[in-house]
Amino acid sequence: MSGSANHQFRKATSLIASLLCSIAALLVIVPLGLIFFYLLQSGLSSLNLAFFTHLPKPVGEPGGGMANAIVGSGQLLALASLIGVPVGVLGGVYLAEYGTARANASLRFVADVLNGVPSIIWGVVVYGLVVLPFKSFSAYAGGLALGCMMIPLIMRTTEEVLLLVPGGYREAALALGISHWKTIVHIVMKTASKGIVTGVLLALARIAGETAPLLFTAFGNRFWNRSLSEPIAALPLQIFTYAISPYDDWHRQAWAGALVLVAMIFLINLLVRFLARGRAARVT
Amino acid sequence: MIETLTAMKTTRLHTVDFMQPSTDQPQPLAPAFAVKNLSMWYGANEAIKNVTIDIPAKRVTAIIGPSGCGKSTFLRGLNRLHELVPRTRVNGDVLFAGQNLYGPDVDPALIRRRIGMVFQKSNPFPTMSIAENVLVGLKLNGVRDRTLLNERLEKSLRMAALWSEVKDDLRKPGISLSGGQQQRLCIARAIAIEPEVLLMDEPASALDPIATMKIEELITELKANYTIVIVTHNMQQASRCSDFTAFFYMGELIEFANTAKIFSNPTRRQTEDYITGRFG
Repeated sequence: MSGSANHQFRKATSLIASLLCSIAALLVIVPLGLIFFYLLQSGLSSLNLAFFTHLPKPVGEPGGGMANAIVGSGQLLALASLIGVPVGVLGGVYLAEYGTARANASLRFVADVLNGVPSIIWGVVVYGLVVLPFKSFSAYAGGLALGCMMIPLIMRTTEEVLLLVPGGYREAALALGISHWKTIVHIVMKTASKGIVTGVLLALARIAGETAPLLFTAFGNRFWNRSLSEPIAALPLQIFTYAISPYDDWHRQAWAGALVLVAMIFLINLLVRFLARGRAARVT
Repeated sequence: MIETLTAMKTTRLHTVDFMQPSTDQPQPLAPAFAVKNLSMWYGANEAIKNVTIDIPAKRVTAIIGPSGCGKSTFLRGLNRLHELVPRTRVNGDVLFAGQNLYGPDVDPALIRRRIGMVFQKSNPFPTMSIAENVLVGLKLNGVRDRTLLNERLEKSLRMAALWSEVKDDLRKPGISLSGGQQQRLCIARAIAIEPEVLLMDEPASALDPIATMKIEELITELKANYTIVIVTHNMQQASRCSDFTAFFYMGELIEFANTAKIFSNPTRRQTEDYITGRFG
């Protein structure tokens, strides 16, 4: 009967579809495994205490570390957060709580376009706006470039988690005569706080490894940064410089730096998972 | 507080029109709400059509009617909470203690401190303990006095008949309570700021019969101090715990009278059809 043939055909199609999906899933996981394995293999041997505590040594001298780059990355991320978190979170609050439908549509569109702007463009823009007028590469310029990249990311995640807060809580708060702004801060944002923090951490993880925006802004520095208005080292920059150098010793250090960077991002993501799980548990 | 009471006494002691509750029961001093020709729109949809009604103070007024008849919209018109929905529009007057709620210089937040509300779905704030839930209205409106807060915490929970059940667990999350307890917690939260009115939007419709009974007992006790307006789908509930009943149909106020009269001898045919279950 044709029904039976049809059934066979459907079974085959279903099998092929699930096979293709499984292959795609594998292709997602395998690169991550490969990256980690390769990084561990190449970087672990160069990783020692000195790597975390010492400045880079001049060419030819063995040893030294990337202490200034690790601290520099931390400073740059802090500067970026100073710009990206308040603007991003407040922008998200605007989208979720204040904006009219029309304003929101254009704002979301702009945020999505900004999200897609190649990171090197941010570097060039900040170079033109900050580095040229002040005639110096600086930590501020690097932080600004990274912070600008954080804004659309944080804005959209903040909006999404605020919209997840049931309207009943807003109504209950407003019905108690609590002002709109206090309702947003003390009720809506408090309820969504884990989600907002998750969004901020994801944005941090996303920009922590950015190199291109720092090339013409933070520039890099082989010594400790003495002032935020001077060039500053950053882990991705240092990796870049060392990786394209002709010295084997520097290559090994670049691997170690890459391992540290990936481990940092991995830890941030783990933290996000931990927070997100807590949030899911609370909802049920 | 004192100027409010005097204002209430001086407004419209007895206006007689056919929407007034009939006089076979003692009349309250003055209406808590004097609603005149109120129409409410969502966009182009007229949800409330030219409603005029005096809601008596210190009494329980039930609002009944089939789904979509505008009961909840009307209730929200009494504390301007419907304004959360975009593109709403209001025409007509709602005088609350003599003051027009829709006057140009009225801040809805200040009005809502005097007109509490309890919702169909209990909604204690999930980030807050039982005590924080009760006190949130006071705290966010600037009350810092610890003694006052503690007094008000116990008083509100006692009035909401919840104190004995939670007095040892005040620091537990509000959402750890059962559904009926959560709803009483929401009532405690609403009365903690000492409003003059309690608006209740189907407060027991999501509760089991025992929890419902507790809420109804509570309503009867609270009416000594509060004007209560309760929207309900449950006609037994309306007949059990209200003094006056308003029947809404398709956005219009069809009939408003003593609850006993509405349920035994309604004037309008539509009311009779609805309460006898012929439609709705």
